[in-house]
Amino acid sequence: MARQPYDGIVVAAPITVPYRRYSTNSAHWWVGRAVHDVIRKAGLKSSDIDGLSLSSFTVGPDTAIGLTQHLGLSPRWLDHVPLGGASGVVALRRAARAVQCGDAEFVVCVAGDTNQVDSFRRMLSTFSRFAQDAVYPYGSGGPNASFALITRNYMKHYGATREDFGKICVAQRTNALSFPHALMKKPLTLDGYMGARAISDPIHLFDCVMPCAGAEAFLVCRDDVAKSLGLPAARLLGTIERHNAFPDDPIQYRGGWVLDIGELYAMAGVTAKDVNFVQTYDDYPVICMMQIEDLGFCGKGEAPAFVRSHTLTADGSFPHNTSGGQLSVGQAGAAGGFLGLVEAVRQLVGEPLGAAVANAKVGLVSGFGMVTYDRGLASGAALLGANA
Amino acid sequence: MTEPLVRPKRKNPLRKTREPLLPQGVRSRTALGLTAAAAEGRFQLQVCAECAAVIYPPRDACPRCLSARLPFRDVDNRGTLLVETTIRTSTDVYFRERMPWRIGTVKLDAGPSIVAHLHGDLREGERTRLQLKLDKSGQAIVIAMPMEDSPNMQDDPQWRELTCDPKFRRVLITDGRTAVGQAMAEALSEAGASMVFVGIADPWKPFPGEEKLRRLERVEVVALDLTDTTSVNECAGEYAPKIEILINTAEHVRSGGIVERKGLTIAREELEVRYFGLTRLAQAFGPVLRARGADGVNSAAAFVNLLSVYALVNWPSYGAFSATEAACLSAAQSLRAELQPGGVKVLNVFFGPLETEWYQVVPPPKVAPSAVARATVHALKQGLEDVFVGDVADDIRARLAVNPKALERELGS
Repeated sequence: MARQPYDGIVVAAPITVPYRRYSTNSAHWWVGRAVHDVIRKAGLKSSDIDGLSLSSFTVGPDTAIGLTQHLGLSPRWLDHVPLGGASGVVALRRAARAVQCGDAEFVVCVAGDTNQVDSFRRMLSTFSRFAQDAVYPYGSGGPNASFALITRNYMKHYGATREDFGKICVAQRTNALSFPHALMKKPLTLDGYMGARAISDPIHLFDCVMPCAGAEAFLVCRDDVAKSLGLPAARLLGTIERHNAFPDDPIQYRGGWVLDIGELYAMAGVTAKDVNFVQTYDDYPVICMMQIEDLGFCGKGEAPAFVRSHTLTADGSFPHNTSGGQLSVGQAGAAGGFLGLVEAVRQLVGEPLGAAVANAKVGLVSGFGMVTYDRGLASGAALLGANA
Repeated sequence: MTEPLVRPKRKNPLRKTREPLLPQGVRSRTALGLTAAAAEGRFQLQVCAECAAVIYPPRDACPRCLSARLPFRDVDNRGTLLVETTIRTSTDVYFRERMPWRIGTVKLDAGPSIVAHLHGDLREGERTRLQLKLDKSGQAIVIAMPMEDSPNMQDDPQWRELTCDPKFRRVLITDGRTAVGQAMAEALSEAGASMVFVGIADPWKPFPGEEKLRRLERVEVVALDLTDTTSVNECAGEYAPKIEILINTAEHVRSGGIVERKGLTIAREELEVRYFGLTRLAQAFGPVLRARGADGVNSAAAFVNLLSVYALVNWPSYGAFSATEAACLSAAQSLRAELQPGGVKVLNVFFGPLETEWYQVVPPPKVAPSAVARATVHALKQGLEDVFVGDVADDIRARLAVNPKALERELGS
């Protein structure tokens, strides 16, 4: 059976609660701010919200259910999406089906995490059972070391150079300079990138995201409902997700997108050529390259050449991570999995906070997450369109 | 090629001794199967009993066929180092002070990819053999080694963190009157120990082998009577801060069971020498060893117990003796947990009847004292925790694993 389309489903009220490097506030506070801002932006009341989807690493011991009482919501549809960098896309596609089927009218999808001085270290050692048994005792380099191995392998096989990765990071920093909420606002040059200190070879400082506190959220509802509220919204054209794809690859060089990308474009009735901008999940630039390939913009191993021949800036060829991405805005835990999606909605409704993509009609958002052992397990993507 | 280790300089007494830190030692219960293999120096992974898939990291369901029958089995340890990274920044305090640290992804010929520590002589793209070792936390880790041995390879810093190599370490052998004690002194001196102190009770009393013992290089006889708390404490006061490996060679072997003995005199003597002797050593030397667990190249490394394999199951012909040995084994398990915070290993070396006068009436096979000494040095160099020396020890261990009740009956008949 073919996948059913998402006709009439829109995404509205994109919210970013400005990030902070460290926060003395709890994840609950960050999530609460984001939900508050969505409701206010949409002109709704708390009692109108009948669906809630939560993603957070640091909200424990609570889960989504605890947040209903904490925030005073009485939803008839509730979800908790612990998928890290894939949580935005996955939250959206589940919420979209709920709204489409009438299980809920207004679903707030929210991701928020706090960052306290020692919380990142504590999270690493207990991130997963495999991390505890088979990763953390090996130098405790965290994701930097895991992605160093993936990066090294990609460089070896496909001829990517540090300069290629640097180009992605520098372009994103250029995008971030006009994005008000980016934590890293200092211009970055390729020399600056190349000269940064080594973290875990070949990963250097500017390949890494900075853990921080923050929250992102959006509202999923029907198109006609959004229109009646006068809410600018982006149409959901298609989505995919896939987990633990290619378990027999000795090292990760591709993600789950490969298995479903044809259906994504078919569902949306567009091709890669129709896409005006792309928000990839950028925990490390090698993953951006992997997505550029697996999402159909070039063949496997061709991303280095693709990167060399495009500007990657919001105003140039192949606008990519137009707010600066996590590499320049910061990685607010699970909110990192929402950042690209929320930015895509802002671009498509014509409300960018920073640089605007000219004539943005179709945007592609990709998510990737959860390195429990040696590779990212979760992947997903969504195509969004401007409301004509 | 590994740079040879440089003999450590005399310690500056004014400098703060580096406190022992440990890598993260929490593991899932299933992953402790790796720890059991590492303790004995075996390379074992889970192998699915239904579909034969080799599995890593340890799981509770086979990722190929979902079977729950996933016993740990000896597995071909060869593979290829696909990629490596040198970690220069770590969130963990133990690794932070040991940076840079190399790890890599090894594709095992038998199947899975394993993220492993890397020996310094191994390079990206090369063939490798993997070993399971116990790290300072006492838990299993995998290290990828070069296919061929190279000179000084035991001096590699990442490898030395996993072993108790006697090279440049100072050793105390607690009883030099025994044949095993003398063989041990010779073996440790040959293994490159900086100094081997050998304890002798009442040194003015001559004993067989004394002359040879005193002639050994870098061996010094010291007064030590394990049955005398004052003597043990005095010895520790002088030597505890100067030793990194302690090997308890005290013996007290008498035949006979519990019923036939008249009174408690012999039982008390056995306990005095063995169980209380071990307790005295633990109390006098344990705290200093534990505090020096990260004290440079010659950090405190090991407390070695020589135990009869009949500590594991009683042999009624030597029934009272077996009971004392069992008490020592139990104490060693406690000692292992107590020294763990210092990263100091407790090695238990198990053996059957020795080629000594006390086992005169026991038929062969018996173990030569030199074999016990060789096995101990090997275990220290490999960082093992449990070692079985000789055919009898291997046999008892194998039979215990199959049917302990059957073994109890067989030893009693």
